[in-house]
Amino acid sequence: MDNQSSPILEVKDLKTYFMMDEGVVKAVDGVSFDVYPGQAVGIVGESGCGKSVTMRSVLRIVDRPGRIVGGELLFHPKSGGSDSDKQEVIDLVTLDPKGSQMRAIRGAEIALIPQEPMTAFSPVHTIGNQIMEAILLHQEVSEAEARQQAIKVLHEVGVSMPEKRLDAYSWQLSGGLRQRAIIAMALSCHPSILIADEPTTAIDVTTQAQILDLLRSLQQQSNTAIIFITHDLGVVAQMTNYVVVMYLGRVMEAGSVDEIFHAPKHPYTQALLRSIPSVQSTPRVPLPTITGSIPHPFNRPPGCPFHPRCTAFMKGICDCNVPELKTVDGQRVSCFLYQDVEGEDRGRA
Amino acid sequence: MDVPEQNHKVLLEVKELKKYFPITQGFFRKTTGYVRAVDDVSFSINEGETLGLVGESGCGKTTTSRCILRAQLPSSGQILFRTKEDAVVDLATLPERPLRALRPEMQMIFQDPFNSLDARMTLMDIVGEPLLVNGLKDREERTERVADLLRLVGLRPEYMRRFPHAFSGGERQRIGIARALALHPRLVVADEPVSALDVSVQAQVLNLLLELQEKFHLTYLFVAHNLSVVKHITDRVAVMYVGKIVELAKTAEIFSAPRHPYTAALMSSVPVPDPRLRMQNVILKGEVASPANPPSGCYFHPRCDYATDICRAEMPELTEISSGHFVRCHRAEELTLAGIG
Repeated sequence: MDNQSSPILEVKDLKTYFMMDEGVVKAVDGVSFDVYPGQAVGIVGESGCGKSVTMRSVLRIVDRPGRIVGGELLFHPKSGGSDSDKQEVIDLVTLDPKGSQMRAIRGAEIALIPQEPMTAFSPVHTIGNQIMEAILLHQEVSEAEARQQAIKVLHEVGVSMPEKRLDAYSWQLSGGLRQRAIIAMALSCHPSILIADEPTTAIDVTTQAQILDLLRSLQQQSNTAIIFITHDLGVVAQMTNYVVVMYLGRVMEAGSVDEIFHAPKHPYTQALLRSIPSVQSTPRVPLPTITGSIPHPFNRPPGCPFHPRCTAFMKGICDCNVPELKTVDGQRVSCFLYQDVEGEDRGRA
Repeated sequence: MDVPEQNHKVLLEVKELKKYFPITQGFFRKTTGYVRAVDDVSFSINEGETLGLVGESGCGKTTTSRCILRAQLPSSGQILFRTKEDAVVDLATLPERPLRALRPEMQMIFQDPFNSLDARMTLMDIVGEPLLVNGLKDREERTERVADLLRLVGLRPEYMRRFPHAFSGGERQRIGIARALALHPRLVVADEPVSALDVSVQAQVLNLLLELQEKFHLTYLFVAHNLSVVKHITDRVAVMYVGKIVELAKTAEIFSAPRHPYTAALMSSVPVPDPRLRMQNVILKGEVASPANPPSGCYFHPRCDYATDICRAEMPELTEISSGHFVRCHRAEELTLAGIG
């Protein structure tokens, strides 16, 4: 948003691998991007592109056999409102995922809106119980105060009769209300980063519109940075300022939302945008498609991961070298169409 | 798209279809109420046409399609199907035996390609099973036919001996389509066939469905909630809300000039994949009414911006306001609603 401010989260060359018996799955393989305060970042990609694993890495909740094997996750916590020069920087990668410091950040500073509101809540505890638990864990307040805060936050996210709903169980609520309650839980400690993992895929369109509207207004009020993880390009176009396009664990392209949608540089982004049926497109005309399908994680193609499906494939270049993410006209693209390979590499193959 | 309707025979006509599920309570399972999953639904599909059935979860679109295939016995109403022999039969009351003879003519494509295929069966068994059941006993002949079908949906016949787990989502959906087409159906009910697929694969499957329709003159009942997909593939669209059709019209017409406030709201809720067109959407208040306890009058009135006294008291009828355009709204004539595209 405003360029003066420093990023709140810097993801630098993050690598999260899963050491499986069958081999190593490079779920996230060198992902870098920055998140600024008050910015809405969209991470887009199809299944298996590593978008969820990236976010789980940030929260340090990657399940075994997954491990962060490289890179940095620099988190700049809000230092009590004062703008001192010596701002504290925490590299989340170095923290113990179960240690007290990480636990203090997780939920309080960086909160998650999980994908499935149905399974995210425990069915044997009331909604209020679970929201208050989060508040009590991170703030030194009494139970009565926590209850008041929970009521307040439920009210903020547009739950009617919050005093009553607090004592309801998740299965007594409708999909939309449950999603609101989850958002309330995520917001209960006023996080500086909110990670929304497919926040609206499980709910209906009219409810989705309500939830997106809610997230938008919350963001405007509180200057929270939101990271949207989604495969729905519509949601990304409507909600974000900055978009990161991922494919097979790598960033293909990153740029402002307008550039990504109106001047995409990477062949993958271009193909992806062409292949979605739009309500404005001509009906019943065959859609341009991307040939083939997403490769299995064990059969990752060498070189640029997209090259077997790419229309601009250059033999001897794309299948031999991995393109770096380079800045081209303000956008960041990893494609050999916009960069040269070292001379000797070109001759090979 | 603009094929004159008179050239087309009606393949399927659904008349006042109802499906109520009883709500039981207590030890004696006393019926205390009904969930009106499908409540008075009527529409027809011409041969070679694609009708889209749209609505939010719980609106009865899946139940409607299941009733048509008699996976569920309707509570009342008629489902008139024109058979190959040009006879019209009522599927709603047809006994099991003659129904079985008709089954090959109606097939279904399922939503989830990960759960709808038996993990222990090879492609040969999955695609060949309907052939075997319907009397193609000769193994060689069956293999031949399965190979043809796989080729038809864009899979290599060499894959025949493999199991579904070896395939990606899009390929599995192709397997499901091959199985559905094995018996030369005339009516194909596709229940959310692409909603579980990735964007880049979704387009491939949509193209395949369009191509197969052209090739075999298939009739589709396309159940979906993704409006952009529906707009792309259908000729006509029926919008359902709490078990009732609220609007039914030609696709282009319903998208450019919806006449029911719910249709308009539904359309404006779809996030457009273009950041320059940020939504000025109608955000509906509240939630979808429960089909077990629907509100009085028009089911949509508690969420409707245009509701008046009559809407709260009386359920409007589905009326034809212009040729082929049906709306269930008291104020359809006076309202001007914004469409998309």
